Amino acid sequence: MFIPINHEPNINYYNVMNAILQLHHLKKYYATQKAVDDISFEIEAGSIFGLLGPNGAGKTTLLRMITGIIYPDEGEITFDGKPFNPLDDTVKIGYMPEERGLYKKMKIGEQALYLAQLKGLSRAEALSKIRFWFKKLEMESWWNKKVEDLSKGMSQKLQFVTTVLHEPKLIILDEPFSGLDPVNANLIKDEIYRLAQQGSTVIFSTHRMEQVEEICNHIVLVNLGKKILDGKVQDIKQQFKQHTFNIAFDTAPASLIHPSFEVVHQKGNDFTLIIHSGFRSNDVLQFFIAQNVNVVAFNEILPSLNDIFIQLVESTHSAARSFETVQ
Amino acid sequence: MNKTFLIARREFLSRVQKKTFLLTTILLPLFIFGFYALIIYFSVKTSDNIQIAIVDRAHIMDNILPKHSDDVQFIILKDASLNDLDNQILQKKITGYILVPAHYNIMGFDTLSLKSDKSIGLLTREKIQKKFSDLLEEKRLIALNLNKKQIDSIQNANTLQFTSLEGKKDSDAKAGVSYGVGYFSGFLIYIILFIYGTMVMRGVMEEKMNRIAEVIVSSVKPFKLMMGKITGIGAVGLVQFIIWIVLILGLTMLLPFIFPQIGQQTTELPMQPGAMQAAASMKNSGGLQEVMAGLSTINFPFIIGTFIFYFLGGYLLYASLFAAVGSAVNEDPQDAQSLLLPITMPIIFAMVIMTKAVNEPNSSLAVFGSMFPLTSPIVMMARIAHGVPDGVPLWQLLLSMTLLVGGFLATTWLAAKIYRVGILMYGKKPTWKEMWKWAFIKN
Repeated sequence: MFIPINHEPNINYYNVMNAILQLHHLKKYYATQKAVDDISFEIEAGSIFGLLGPNGAGKTTLLRMITGIIYPDEGEITFDGKPFNPLDDTVKIGYMPEERGLYKKMKIGEQALYLAQLKGLSRAEALSKIRFWFKKLEMESWWNKKVEDLSKGMSQKLQFVTTVLHEPKLIILDEPFSGLDPVNANLIKDEIYRLAQQGSTVIFSTHRMEQVEEICNHIVLVNLGKKILDGKVQDIKQQFKQHTFNIAFDTAPASLIHPSFEVVHQKGNDFTLIIHSGFRSNDVLQFFIAQNVNVVAFNEILPSLNDIFIQLVESTHSAARSFETVQ
Repeated sequence: MNKTFLIARREFLSRVQKKTFLLTTILLPLFIFGFYALIIYFSVKTSDNIQIAIVDRAHIMDNILPKHSDDVQFIILKDASLNDLDNQILQKKITGYILVPAHYNIMGFDTLSLKSDKSIGLLTREKIQKKFSDLLEEKRLIALNLNKKQIDSIQNANTLQFTSLEGKKDSDAKAGVSYGVGYFSGFLIYIILFIYGTMVMRGVMEEKMNRIAEVIVSSVKPFKLMMGKITGIGAVGLVQFIIWIVLILGLTMLLPFIFPQIGQQTTELPMQPGAMQAAASMKNSGGLQEVMAGLSTINFPFIIGTFIFYFLGGYLLYASLFAAVGSAVNEDPQDAQSLLLPITMPIIFAMVIMTKAVNEPNSSLAVFGSMFPLTSPIVMMARIAHGVPDGVPLWQLLLSMTLLVGGFLATTWLAAKIYRVGILMYGKKPTWKEMWKWAFIKN
């Protein structure tokens, strides 16, 4: 376990070059709670951005403000260099909400066409793009099927296609992999990478920390309506590291007592150590080398985002809100 | 392309392309037509099933020619063997017989008995009772030395002619037909409000429960989504209604070919002078041609025009409220029931006022009901059927129409605000108080 530390919100990344989206002091208060309480951050164009937080943290409210579904009480949103205009800019955004669905009785092809036209595409444009995506994701044979005949995974795929069909500059995906098997999840993941490479920005909201670590360049963590963490994934991991190391020997060392470290875990000749402040990793290595044992492994253990997430969420509030932990 | 139009088109097409739409649209008028055709058929058809023999031993029926009336026929026999008649009953040649004994006093209170093999139905009993009493009554009047003319004048039921201030004659049949048309069109709007209002509500609930609402409102403003749905479903209603009108009118034109009697009777009518013969002919034909004549005095283009206005106005007024309720419902469709109460109450209330207004189109209750936008679509139809200005003065009609447009704008404005919050709200069922609050929170 990590010792809770007092962490100030990191706002060093405030002047990202080439930001597609900038939130300035957004506030949204409801009768009973502050859903979003003074949140600011920026998202770099072409990046894959992770918006994290436990249930009820204000993520959905934040995303709804970014998509123009609701308006902030205070604060400003800048989209693509200009103040956000919900009427014009929603066309440039593709939003796949967590609570999502499709018309059950409608045919797949017609449904995709309808949603694309609602985004402002002409019929011909929409048709050619639907054909392109259906072919790409091997969905061509679905055209005349009804949504109610699709499996959950299949309808998730369709939902993804309808979200990105109009080539939005900003793609917002709320829990995009829920209901997808690993094969289809990888398929979608590859498409997300490809879209980011082609210049789209992806906002990725999830509880699944291992996916965030894998996919996102930059994350923001919100809890209780406030931003509690903002930064690049690697930087955050460095920032939260506890100087924990893994060391393994071919034979058991004679002594494990030294002022530079303390053993927190042992498994055979495999040890987990915490190096005390004021000492360096080389101090530890020298101590063991002097004992004439062979070091076969020595590496730093960086905290997982999941650990950081749990630690921060629990420390910002006495009672942690419910959220899914990674199995 | 306009997004509201896109949504309306989807709502329209997805409903019109359903098989149930075709079934109800084509089959319902055929069913209604068939139903009325049957009624007319049975009322026009002369049944000759009931034959009652009167064994007149007192010779009281001597000077009376038995009338050839529709269903009950009396055969007057001076004398006949009762055994013979019993046999005839068994052989189904006659339904029964009445024995008038030789000492029967026509001015007395003695009752006669009718003998038949099995029990006769209640309605038929009443008919026989009335016909036979009529026969005796005429005989008694003759016994009092009254002549034919005096008897007719005693029996004349039409002693009052109802006339309006302008001096226009106002026949009973016309009032009856106005009543019928008013009641029918008011009731039709009542049904339409419920059917299409519920359709809107279900559509909104479907979108919310399928979780498609949030996907759509990220591309379209909630107000456009709501209005698209309302106009799309309204168009379904209008198309359905127009198909019905065309079908019913078409079939009605076919009616005289199927039942030639009706056509003849209506053309004969204007040639009959005086209330006497009209009353006499009414007795014989069940008032059918009178009704046909009454129908011809109704200004149907005007009624249909105002009907479409009040249908659309009422629909638009209530549809947005139904949409607001639909947006508030979560998982359980049962929740809709309790939330619907404040909406269904005024509709039912309007229906109650309508049943009064159709009798007294100018009573204060009818005037209020036809002005108040929540009840006017139903109540005004009852008054319009009586014509302008008899049923409703023109200024009241215009005021009512203006108020309805205003009311529709007001409910749509209010409902849109509730809807906007409701479709994105998941969790427990809200109360009306909470929904009222939604209407006034900032977006």
